[in-house]
Amino acid sequence: MGRQAIIEVRDLVAKYAEETIFDGISFDVFQGEIFVILGGSGCGKSTLLKHLIGLIPPAAGRISVAGCDICRSEEKAFRDMLKKIGVLYQGAALLGSMTLADNVALPIKEYTDLPQVSVERLVKMKLGLMNLEGYEDHLPSQISGGMKKRAGLARAMALNPEILFFDEPSAGLDPVTAAELDNLIIHLNSTFGTTMVIVTHELESIFAVAHRVIMLDKNTRGIIAEGDPKYLRDHSENRFVRQFFNRLPGLANEAEGLEKR
Amino acid sequence: MNRPEVIKSCNHQISESAEGDLTIHLEGGIGISNAAHMTRVLYQVLEDKPQTSVTVDLNKVNYLDDFGVLVLVELKMIVLGEKAEFCLQNISNEAGKALSMYNFDLLGKRDKPYKRTERQGLLIRLGEATVRQAADLKYMISFLGSICLSILYTCLNPRSLRRDDTYMCMQKTGVDALPIVGLISFLMGLIMAFMSAVQLQQFGANIYVASLVSLAMTRELGPIMTAIIVAGRSGSAFAAEIGTMKISEEIDALFTMGFSPTRFLVVPKVIASVIVVPLLTLFSDLFAIIGGLIVGVFTLDLTANAYISQTIKTLALFDVFLGLFKSGVFALLIAWIGCLRGFQVKGGAASVGKATTSAVVSGIFLIVLFNSIFSVILRYWE
Repeated sequence: MGRQAIIEVRDLVAKYAEETIFDGISFDVFQGEIFVILGGSGCGKSTLLKHLIGLIPPAAGRISVAGCDICRSEEKAFRDMLKKIGVLYQGAALLGSMTLADNVALPIKEYTDLPQVSVERLVKMKLGLMNLEGYEDHLPSQISGGMKKRAGLARAMALNPEILFFDEPSAGLDPVTAAELDNLIIHLNSTFGTTMVIVTHELESIFAVAHRVIMLDKNTRGIIAEGDPKYLRDHSENRFVRQFFNRLPGLANEAEGLEKR
Repeated sequence: MNRPEVIKSCNHQISESAEGDLTIHLEGGIGISNAAHMTRVLYQVLEDKPQTSVTVDLNKVNYLDDFGVLVLVELKMIVLGEKAEFCLQNISNEAGKALSMYNFDLLGKRDKPYKRTERQGLLIRLGEATVRQAADLKYMISFLGSICLSILYTCLNPRSLRRDDTYMCMQKTGVDALPIVGLISFLMGLIMAFMSAVQLQQFGANIYVASLVSLAMTRELGPIMTAIIVAGRSGSAFAAEIGTMKISEEIDALFTMGFSPTRFLVVPKVIASVIVVPLLTLFSDLFAIIGGLIVGVFTLDLTANAYISQTIKTLALFDVFLGLFKSGVFALLIAWIGCLRGFQVKGGAASVGKATTSAVVSGIFLIVLFNSIFSVILRYWE
């Protein structure tokens, strides 16, 4: 398989008001890989994710997702791109006025012309995959946080998208559910070839699922490491990166400069 | 499995044995783009051929996602419904992964469409509504009690009042509402003067326009109009603010930090409202009288002096204070019901919307109800 980039980011500059978050970062995400964006708190992981899914326009630079340049494309191309991606938000972002089944059925009804019975069956299959059988008729306010997250994932993958984005998927989940979610990510990736872009700082989860990671840094406003997480843990030249992967305390705020030793 | 750029249309060939065993050979991929089409095609294939068993050959299927699995499940359902046998053969590696992921063998067997909540019988719904209303009433009263206790506590410990919040609330409820209250009252005065002038002119009683406008505004309409505007502006804001805090667990956070949510959130709002709404009412009275004055001077040939002295002659201090007292009570009602509806929010965003609507509607209802009660009391008192 030729390594074909499905997401390309070139010289991305992001700003909040006057504050620069990223100062010209570039990276690729290849088709079919599980790609993890990580970094300490406040380094702009979620901001980067919001740039990738087109919620925030970049201050400068170019982002291309599934062949669509999201800064310059026309409305139609952008909407087509949106059909190819699914996003699991941190708080699941289920629509509170609809049942779980209706939440998942919403994009399916909008973008396919399957008959109602088939839509219901598909929704049942997808919720079943998330171990949510029997909760189809519940409202999001009636279920627990972990269940919401799984229902959110069922909705994100409703259209079987090419790329799935996860914002902190394991935050607020118990270890068993978090591990199940990791398994599901691996499973979906190997079964459907779905590209996964995950923002997290759960180390266990990173080592379990990630094919490749990039690590952002608040002070240099750029990428300080890129590659296989296990290799980075053991061999990175950057002190802060090693510290992060080995879960060592201290120095987290002095990462700037980081004279390579 | 590699995801194809575009799923090419899936071809099918059919072979049929003498015993009526049907084999469908699928070739290509089935995914989101052709699932609906394939379901229809396969349905047609089966429709006009009675069969004893159906076998689907997946040997040449190179892509199958959950939509593809769905197509096969639909097919299986139709076949099993006809009491025929269904099986898959030559499952390719790609197809096999997707099928096993969704437990294809179990799908469709004990498959009912998910249940929807059934509508209960009329009697049950009526009973539930009654119980709900009773609980609501109970909560309203206990909430009123907790406000009274909190205010009492604040009176005994004035330092516990959150001053900044109270000032802020006074500004939002009072100062910011002044332009709209002024404008509406001015126009009310104008309209009243116009309408009454038509009748009073017939008797040459132009001067009594001044009495009518001033008395009606200070005793009844000023307090009511102001209260309705405040209910719409601030009552809804109280409900939305507290409701959103409830959803985002801020109220729980206050509670666990040892604050009483009522003392923290409600008391500043109640105190601010009770202070500023009567002041707004005073302004409202004033603007309405100015409105009437303009009509009197420009269309009824009254002098400004005559109009003002007639107004002063009509109004007793009692009328003004009655209006202020009423608007103070209305302010209490608005703040009470607004905060109450906020605290009653459960669930999500839709619930906040409901609480906001309810705060305004119940607020206006209570204002009119209490105004009627005051009218009756005064009728026998004076």
